[in-house]
Amino acid sequence: MDLIACHDCDLLYHQPSIAEGRKLRCPRCGAVLLQHRHDCVERCLMLVLAALILFTVANAYPLLSLDLQGREQDTLLITGVIELYRQNQAGLAVLVLCVSILLPLIKLLSQLYVLLPLYFGWRGWRLPVAMRIVDILHPWAMMEVYMLGILVAIVKLASLASIVPDAALYAFAALIMVMAATDASLEPHDIWERLSKTR
Amino acid sequence: MNRPQTAARAGFWLCHGCHQLNRVGIHAHESERVRCARCGATLHRRKPNSIVRTWALVMAAFILYIPANALPIMTIVSLGAGEPDTILSGVITLIAAGMWPLALLVFFASIVVPMLKLFVLIYLLLSVQFKSRWRPRDRTALYRLTEAVGRWSMLDIFVIAILVALVKFGSIATIETGAGASAFASVVVITMFAAMSFDPRLIWDVIESDHERERSTRNPS
Ligand SMILES: [Zn+2]
Ligand SMILES: [Zn+2]
Repeated sequence: MDLIACHDCDLLYHQPSIAEGRKLRCPRCGAVLLQHRHDCVERCLMLVLAALILFTVANAYPLLSLDLQGREQDTLLITGVIELYRQNQAGLAVLVLCVSILLPLIKLLSQLYVLLPLYFGWRGWRLPVAMRIVDILHPWAMMEVYMLGILVAIVKLASLASIVPDAALYAFAALIMVMAATDASLEPHDIWERLSKTR
Repeated sequence: MNRPQTAARAGFWLCHGCHQLNRVGIHAHESERVRCARCGATLHRRKPNSIVRTWALVMAAFILYIPANALPIMTIVSLGAGEPDTILSGVITLIAAGMWPLALLVFFASIVVPMLKLFVLIYLLLSVQFKSRWRPRDRTALYRLTEAVGRWSMLDIFVIAILVALVKFGSIATIETGAGASAFASVVVITMFAAMSFDPRLIWDVIESDHERERSTRNPS
């Protein structure tokens, strides 16, 4: 018995078999219910590891530097948070810290926490909790919006000063692409199926 | 016509966390605390108090929307002089500087998306409350779109964060964050929660009860 229901309209039906790479859409409301992918665990694990390395680089090195008549002034990913805090905008500082650094990191670590045991066949501990964290954090990890913000800020300041992109900016751009690729290849349905089998 | 079967009618509640179908029986009441067998999340037939919660959040966002647009979000002080920028005046400045694509982008993310989102949510709430039967599939798609685009409104907040980080020593200019910025950030966060608390299945429940009535009038027993 493999009944499934649509999360957007509650339609109940037997899960049809779908070809690899194809999406299963709800026949009544058109919601994407699941997508069949071949062996997503190995691929996702590699992507998550790559993302963690890029995340470290993007946070450790200057993102942009401002060129002021030969004097360079570096900006890290965290600098914006610190400056907002200094301007007595603690609420904004916490929000920006969360959605651009903290929550993406927690999301990546939770994904790693689920994928490692699945890949190596370990038992794992509280994997469903980590999977739920990934699901809940999904809309709140806004790195791609932040990237767009960087581009807008560069153009806005172009008349005042020349801004030089640094190494971490490229790492940041790559990180966004890798995280998008992870989200695209991680099929929650498949992971949940594996989690219920290992228990 | 073959009537579509829904999970709730068949005695199944779908887990919102892991999308596992849990058999709870057709007589299970909304207030019962049942946990998902697979992930442990509390199960609900529909999202709890969906309509009331969404209304409350939409109203809160609407109220905050006024200071978010009326108050300056930041002031760029260069060479001792500076005009406070509101969201709208920021867009106008970009247009005046000839940066059309950027102006359009910021206009869309900061003005169109939050406004549209609030109006779409109000429309969906009213359509459910007045038991509308009009194009449920399109209304569900509209909901999915609303939920997906909301996060892009954070753009302006990030621009401010990056600008204050870049011009921190005040040698060419200083950038001061205005009160409008936190009001605007609250609007974005609250509308995201509002979209999350709306349950699109309510759109379809109205159509379900139609089928029910149809059946009971056809074979009264
Ligand atoms: Zn559906
Ligand atoms: Zn569950």
